[in-house]
Amino acid sequence: MFPAAFDYVAARSRDEAYAALAEHGGGARVLAGGQSLIPAMRFRLARPSVLVDINRIADLAYVAESAGELRLGAAARDQAFELSPEIRSGRYPMLADVCAVVADPVVRQMGTVVGSLCHNDPAGDWPVAALAGNASVVVRGKGGERVVPIGEFIVDSYTTAVGDGEMALEVRFPTPTARTAGAYLKIERKVGDFATAAAAARVTLAEDGTIASASIALGAAGPCAFRVAEAERALTGAKPSAAAIAAAAAAARSAADPVTDTRGTVAYKKQMAGVLVERALRKAFARLGLENVR
Amino acid sequence: MKVSITVNGAAYERDVEPRVLLAYFLREDLGLTGTHVGCDTSSCGCCVVLIDGERAVKSCNMFAVMADGHEITTIEGMKAAGKLHPMQQAFTDQHGLQCGYCTPGMMATAIAFLKHNPDPTEAQIRDALSGNMCRCTGYNNIVKAVQQAAAELSAPPSEPPAPEPAVAS
Repeated sequence: MFPAAFDYVAARSRDEAYAALAEHGGGARVLAGGQSLIPAMRFRLARPSVLVDINRIADLAYVAESAGELRLGAAARDQAFELSPEIRSGRYPMLADVCAVVADPVVRQMGTVVGSLCHNDPAGDWPVAALAGNASVVVRGKGGERVVPIGEFIVDSYTTAVGDGEMALEVRFPTPTARTAGAYLKIERKVGDFATAAAAARVTLAEDGTIASASIALGAAGPCAFRVAEAERALTGAKPSAAAIAAAAAAARSAADPVTDTRGTVAYKKQMAGVLVERALRKAFARLGLENVR
Repeated sequence: MKVSITVNGAAYERDVEPRVLLAYFLREDLGLTGTHVGCDTSSCGCCVVLIDGERAVKSCNMFAVMADGHEITTIEGMKAAGKLHPMQQAFTDQHGLQCGYCTPGMMATAIAFLKHNPDPTEAQIRDALSGNMCRCTGYNNIVKAVQQAAAELSAPPSEPPAPEPAVAS
């Protein structure tokens, strides 16, 4: 099962990649780890005429923290992120949750975080966490670089704000303050399978102990990952409580719009979206020192 | 496209179509059939090889042209100076295989894993191997083999190799 024929450009620098993308426009795709793109090409779900390989661009493989943000270059691999001092520091617990469950440990040695965001699979892990983590993506187009909030970056199934001839250069995750914590959870039939259901929760506590802000995102629950505004409203301003958690979980259950497939029925997946939101919230609260919220 | 790929220490110059997957390049162009193709969809881990000695990759999910300028190690290249690699020896000692189909991929994955986690717990070993499927062994002897290899690889070179574990009769 080989993909259709394509031309291959091994870009050695950002400028070489930009030039190749500009030259080939909509027929070209960026090749980073290839862990989603190559299977899609083999199944002929994707059929680019040119692949622009960015794996040799050393200055795109960084994981760096600066100015209150964690930044990952387009060629930064999942495993490099998982083993980075930034993730090991414990200051990004929600992102660490994701690092440990993306695909399988071998796939993570090739796959990239930015590549996963660009692939934007409805059941992908990083789009969910990026939404809950208020991430943004730096996209490089004809007019230069622009910073796109993740909510605008994610457009539809397998579709992002990256246009023809453009490429995503970097993802930025705001560094959580001491009063912010999140968690990411998913249900999968086996390691490496697409998620049956996935949820991320991130909360910030105010000085008085109430919830100053919350973001709740779901995956495998619609055409693409999305935030559940009603769940966030149920939490914002409330005291961390079982009732607030239950209200957020109910909102997630009702907002989830999955499809029945071999991984479960619509009813089961909606139920699991609620269960995962509850568990993710409890995990996030525990990370803020609030165990067993009642 | 012209590529220059070092496989098991030998440099190969070849002209390959960009769409040729590394697993097929190794098996069909170079005749290195120790790299097995199982699922052919990046799910089973049978085709895992080492890139630059430290990263395990599913070679059915990488184009050969991506390996241009890199060093690939397959099962055929693990033996050194006529001696089995400690991982190969451990799989032999612990009976970490039955049919052997998953074994090259298991060993490549385990070798890469021990590079960044030389003293793993059993749970960490099981997690590290979770992208590699074995349909025969039930994994227990594979985990024991990785434990034996970890002990041997992290032992100071002056020490004798770890003794053979007692086998219950």
